[in-house]
Amino acid sequence: MTDRNEAEPSAEPYVATTTQDTGTPTPDQPDGRRPLTGNMIIQAVTEGHSVVITILAVFVALVIGAVLIVASDPAVLRAWDSFGYAPGTALSATWNSVAAAYSALFEGAIFAPGTISAAFHGGSIAAIFYPLSLTAFEATPLILTGLSVALAFRAGMFNIGAAGQWIGGALVATWLGYAVNLPIVLHAVVCIIGAFIGGAVIGWIVGEIKARTGAHEVILTIMMNYVMYNFLSFLVTSQKLMQAPGQTNAVAPNINSNAFLPHVGGPPPQVGVGFLIALAAAAATAWLLSRSTLGFQFRAVGASPSAARSAGISVERVWVLAFLIAGGLAGLSASTIVQGQTSPLTTTSYGTYGFDGITVALLGRARPLGVVLAGLLFGALNAGGTVMEAATGVPSDVTNVIEALIVLFVAAPPLIRMLFRLRRGGGAGPQAVASKGWSG
Amino acid sequence: MKLELRGITKRFGSLVANDHIDLVVQPGEIRALLGENGAGKTTLMNVLYGLVQPDAGEILLDDEPVTIHSPRDAIRAKVGMVHQHFMLVPVFTVAENVTLGTEPVHRLATPAMKVGGLRIPPLGLPSVGLLDRRKARREVLALSERFGLRVDPDALVEDLPVGVQQRVEIIKALLRDARVLVLDEPTAVLTPGETEDLFRIMRELREGGRSIIFISHKLKEVQAIADNITIIRRGKVVGERPPSTSSVELASLMVGRSVQLRVSKEPARPGDVVLDITDVGVHGERGEQSVREVSFQVRAGEILGVAGVQGNGQTELCEALMGLRPSTGSVRLNGADLSHASTRDRLRAGIGYVPEDRSEDGLVGDFSVADNLILDVYDEPPYASGLALNLDAIRDSAVRRVEEYDVRTTSVETQAGTLSGGNQQKVVVAREMSRDVKLLLASQPTRGLDVGSIEFVHKRLVAQRDAGAAVLIVSSELDEIYALADRIAVMYEGRIVAFCPPTIPEEELGLLMAGGGTGSAAPEPGGEPETPVPAEEPSHD
Amino acid sequence: MTTLASPVRAPVTISRRYLAAGTFIMLGLIDIFVFGFLAHSGDARFALSLPGASPHLPTIHVPGALTAYVLGAISIGVGILRAVVDLPRWGKRLSIAAVLLCFLLSLLAWADAGNSVGPLQVVDLLQGTLTASIPLVLGALAGLLGERSGVINIAIEGQLLTGAFVAAAVASVTGGVWLGLIGGSLAGGLVGALLAIFAIMFLVDQIIVGVVLNVIALGLTNYLYQRVMSPYAATFNAGNTFSTLKIPVLGNIPIIGPVFFDANIFLYITYALILVIQIALFRTRWGLRVRAVGEHPVAADTVGIRVRWTRYRNVILGGLVAGIGGAYLTVGSVGFFTSDISSGFGYIALAAMIFGRWTPLGSVAAALLFGFSFQLQTELSILRVPVSSFILLMAPYVATIIAVAGLVGRVRPPAADGQPYVKA
Repeated sequence: MTDRNEAEPSAEPYVATTTQDTGTPTPDQPDGRRPLTGNMIIQAVTEGHSVVITILAVFVALVIGAVLIVASDPAVLRAWDSFGYAPGTALSATWNSVAAAYSALFEGAIFAPGTISAAFHGGSIAAIFYPLSLTAFEATPLILTGLSVALAFRAGMFNIGAAGQWIGGALVATWLGYAVNLPIVLHAVVCIIGAFIGGAVIGWIVGEIKARTGAHEVILTIMMNYVMYNFLSFLVTSQKLMQAPGQTNAVAPNINSNAFLPHVGGPPPQVGVGFLIALAAAAATAWLLSRSTLGFQFRAVGASPSAARSAGISVERVWVLAFLIAGGLAGLSASTIVQGQTSPLTTTSYGTYGFDGITVALLGRARPLGVVLAGLLFGALNAGGTVMEAATGVPSDVTNVIEALIVLFVAAPPLIRMLFRLRRGGGAGPQAVASKGWSG
Repeated sequence: MKLELRGITKRFGSLVANDHIDLVVQPGEIRALLGENGAGKTTLMNVLYGLVQPDAGEILLDDEPVTIHSPRDAIRAKVGMVHQHFMLVPVFTVAENVTLGTEPVHRLATPAMKVGGLRIPPLGLPSVGLLDRRKARREVLALSERFGLRVDPDALVEDLPVGVQQRVEIIKALLRDARVLVLDEPTAVLTPGETEDLFRIMRELREGGRSIIFISHKLKEVQAIADNITIIRRGKVVGERPPSTSSVELASLMVGRSVQLRVSKEPARPGDVVLDITDVGVHGERGEQSVREVSFQVRAGEILGVAGVQGNGQTELCEALMGLRPSTGSVRLNGADLSHASTRDRLRAGIGYVPEDRSEDGLVGDFSVADNLILDVYDEPPYASGLALNLDAIRDSAVRRVEEYDVRTTSVETQAGTLSGGNQQKVVVAREMSRDVKLLLASQPTRGLDVGSIEFVHKRLVAQRDAGAAVLIVSSELDEIYALADRIAVMYEGRIVAFCPPTIPEEELGLLMAGGGTGSAAPEPGGEPETPVPAEEPSHD
Repeated sequence: MTTLASPVRAPVTISRRYLAAGTFIMLGLIDIFVFGFLAHSGDARFALSLPGASPHLPTIHVPGALTAYVLGAISIGVGILRAVVDLPRWGKRLSIAAVLLCFLLSLLAWADAGNSVGPLQVVDLLQGTLTASIPLVLGALAGLLGERSGVINIAIEGQLLTGAFVAAAVASVTGGVWLGLIGGSLAGGLVGALLAIFAIMFLVDQIIVGVVLNVIALGLTNYLYQRVMSPYAATFNAGNTFSTLKIPVLGNIPIIGPVFFDANIFLYITYALILVIQIALFRTRWGLRVRAVGEHPVAADTVGIRVRWTRYRNVILGGLVAGIGGAYLTVGSVGFFTSDISSGFGYIALAAMIFGRWTPLGSVAAALLFGFSFQLQTELSILRVPVSSFILLMAPYVATIIAVAGLVGRVRPPAADGQPYVKA
């Protein structure tokens, strides 16, 4: 009997010798790690950055935002013209510009100190919490579309079609809202379910096509978005279809007030039911992904479709189901808007929720909790942005730029590290291995 | 050209891949670098070729030190390399691949003119880079003729068989006037006949004063072709021997201890037929038939080894048996017809599957060891109740199995992708063998593994057989076939061309694998149990 | 690794031959039962010259419904042929083109049959198709340059948008439209450089970078438009445009002349770029090396080709081309910049590139198809054809979905597309 090779260390070098031509020269001994296999989207999205990186990314993005604000402020530019003999004015003008903008941003999103002192003098307590509730309100649809995109990411797919799925949900919710009459709570619930189904159907179409033909979902979802934009316009501009009777504008009828989503929670703080739905959806998604057999399949297919297939998991079925549920989540997002006591459905109601969902999902590392936090952050920025624009004239688009920059920096940890000369810590993931390569 | 490597050292993190390696190769010498997988041979050659920068040491060519920072430098220094995984662009032609980087282009020039009384000769214009395909073709054919390497310059590389692709790689190196040629495991994908061809070419190249470095872990080949053998183990040179050295000595130098080349096993006691496949056929990706009318049976308590050089349909056959590929014909397991069953149903019916490519198909690298261990039974009790996973049960069972199968890992929550190859395979094996399997299908089960892991896997396969399962092994390693199989089936070009006992001499088996045949190449008659085979095979040197 | 075609071997459950044949037959049936049956009685008239052009070609009259029936029958015939006979590759392409042509002609016949407004202005339609396709072709070429070297460019939309913005602003400030063109191109190149840096140096997933860059571009242009451009429109958004340039002789050929040789400089630049890129990619040393990098970067590396430099260069070149496309949207057509003026053309260009199998000529064909549908929608609304313009606008997107899913066959991008190159 032969003796076993006793001294086998657990970090023994792994040599990949696969049948197919991987195209990479495989050195005998990489630094104890395996070559990258599996789905790099998952690795790129879900790993590779720490809390520190996020905070720094936010900081850098805010700095760039500040630059944008001052560089386009006529008052500041004039002050800098006379920098030579009044440098102090230039600097203070710069500072004031940024400070005004960002403090308006903060006050619009978190809280305004003025309201606290006003409360002491008999003002309303509700006003203190108003910015926060506005943030929650803005965050709600973002969290839901974020969950939609995140769920698809975990199953290995890019859902760029959250906007189209959103429209699907919006159409069903709106129609149920005005076309039927139901008692108060029931009507809202029916509309919510209808929205989920509407979005799920659009998602299902993409999943089904992908499953049957192998087409890539990036193109499918982008095209589907445009189909839905036009479909929405088509429906809402036709009196025979969904245009409000007697209207020449492209709007759908108002929905029955029984279908509205109310605010709950006593005297302040008040929270829209939509926000609670978003939180519940996040919890459900988290459970689905980490504790259910279905989620196990999603993650397996997302991480390695070939291994999943060899283990008997139906990859195609996962694609369909994942897109179906993702579509439903986007539809829920529409429900919170359509039933949120704001304006009726128009040709542009979908706004940027779909694409914002992508940035939220990326920032939240495709994990439900992360998505909630990212959604709140972006919700805060959006809420604050409106106030900022009203108070200082700085267009709220700058918050969109800031949000996108945050995501860009968070997705590129090496850049942040370079900027701040950070050492690569233990939290580095495969992304760091990729940058390093196999040479020492 | 004389090549000398002095004190080459290379570390990857804490791992020393090359440890002060000295090597001298004279002009006109064929030097074999012999060592196990992971010994450091390829890293050393990657240093020579500029793909990897050494931490210490130098390279001398004809006694002149050279710095090689990239493959460009290596090529300029007339070092050529044929990699284990070809560096060929599949969608380009042979000529395009060979001339890539030194493509001949049309030289544009003004025509000769007469202006006034002056004769103006053609003036060269800056080349706009239009490819001169005809010249490229001529260059390829010239080399092809000269060295007897038959290739068609206009063929698309992806359409060529592996042996021809290798010739293209060699021509590529020769086009750049390589005086040192490194061949990294070139025979892994060749039939014995093609290997002979390659050896002939190597001897031819040697005549011109070229030095050839031949990397391999195959003892017999090294003994057949090398002028000198350098044995490398764990990053160090442990010896230099002439080819007349005995296999046993070479093997023990390679491995560091005396190795028994065979696993001892009891004679097989075959029982009822478990797997019965008839006329299975598979269409490959481009419409060609990769598996043709394959029929055989595997009985409980026996190991059937399907021998064959990679690329003869074995992969497709395994995938077809597992329902991963559409196929014709019938597949029956203990009488039940699984011909149209899904992969999932086949697994649940009692087939265990150890796929050929463990990192792609066997494991989900990002999943924990525990999750990988339930990859095909995640929705069955006790691992799940209804839709919900039972995380505790999963973890407990994982802990038990890791213990039982000696998987070296710090925890069951470690990502499977970070384990070594041997341990990864143990996870796959643990998963498949812990279920109640009636048939175990293992494809290339020990590819890329170190000797210790190979022994482990082999022992487990035999144990499975002894416990009454039918075992079907597909392997291109003859040693493995001889070690494990109770019966051998030879696969060539999609067909089973012969059934043989494990006593068949190696040359004959090699011949069958290459498509030649002797009288013993008869299709298997139905149902009669074979006579038991002796436990110790005579040595095959 | 993300690629823009199927990432895993999905078992094809529908044979492409039957899918194609089925689609052809279905289109033929639509020709007959929708365009034929539902046509108004009367002739469809096709005006082959612009009013006032010389020489003035006669207007063609054909019986509307009958034309549709005949064309429908032809389509069905082709469909059956496709199902039964294994056509060579050119035959398959020809069949697609033929069925498509039948469909479009039937549609036009139906639209104008007995129409009281007037004949169908064929020249207008074709001219409009060409100009509408310019940003699409340029966008597709831009995507092509990057993808052939292995980098996915989702940021074409952002490049078009920033190109349009900068072109309008520069042309406005300097008064020179050529400066605007150059400025727009450079802006696109800058976005390309950002894409390259983040994707190649920082190894961020390429699709993510592209999407984020688009969001930034939209946010930034909107911000600057609202903050600076609109308030000071006279300085920054004056709306200068190029004038058209008619090529002598060629511009006078009936039908072809006004369509192909009577437009502004952008069309001619587009011609040149198509030609240059087609030849460069497939017939020069430069192109061979680019494609090697996109197919097998390691092999390219080992023969001494600089992979990362090639990718940087190509992505930036692509950005420059897309920037020209963006410039067209302002200084080449309407002149003024408005919010989101690129309105998704970048994504359509991407679809055209995939549709066209990553070749310049293929992308042009696909882009023309898209351009045609946009122009058709305008024509039909002029003729007051009672079809909602939105349904028509949906058509090219649905067509792309169908194409990507089935008809065009399995699309094969460059093998290393989307995979960052990590040096060993």
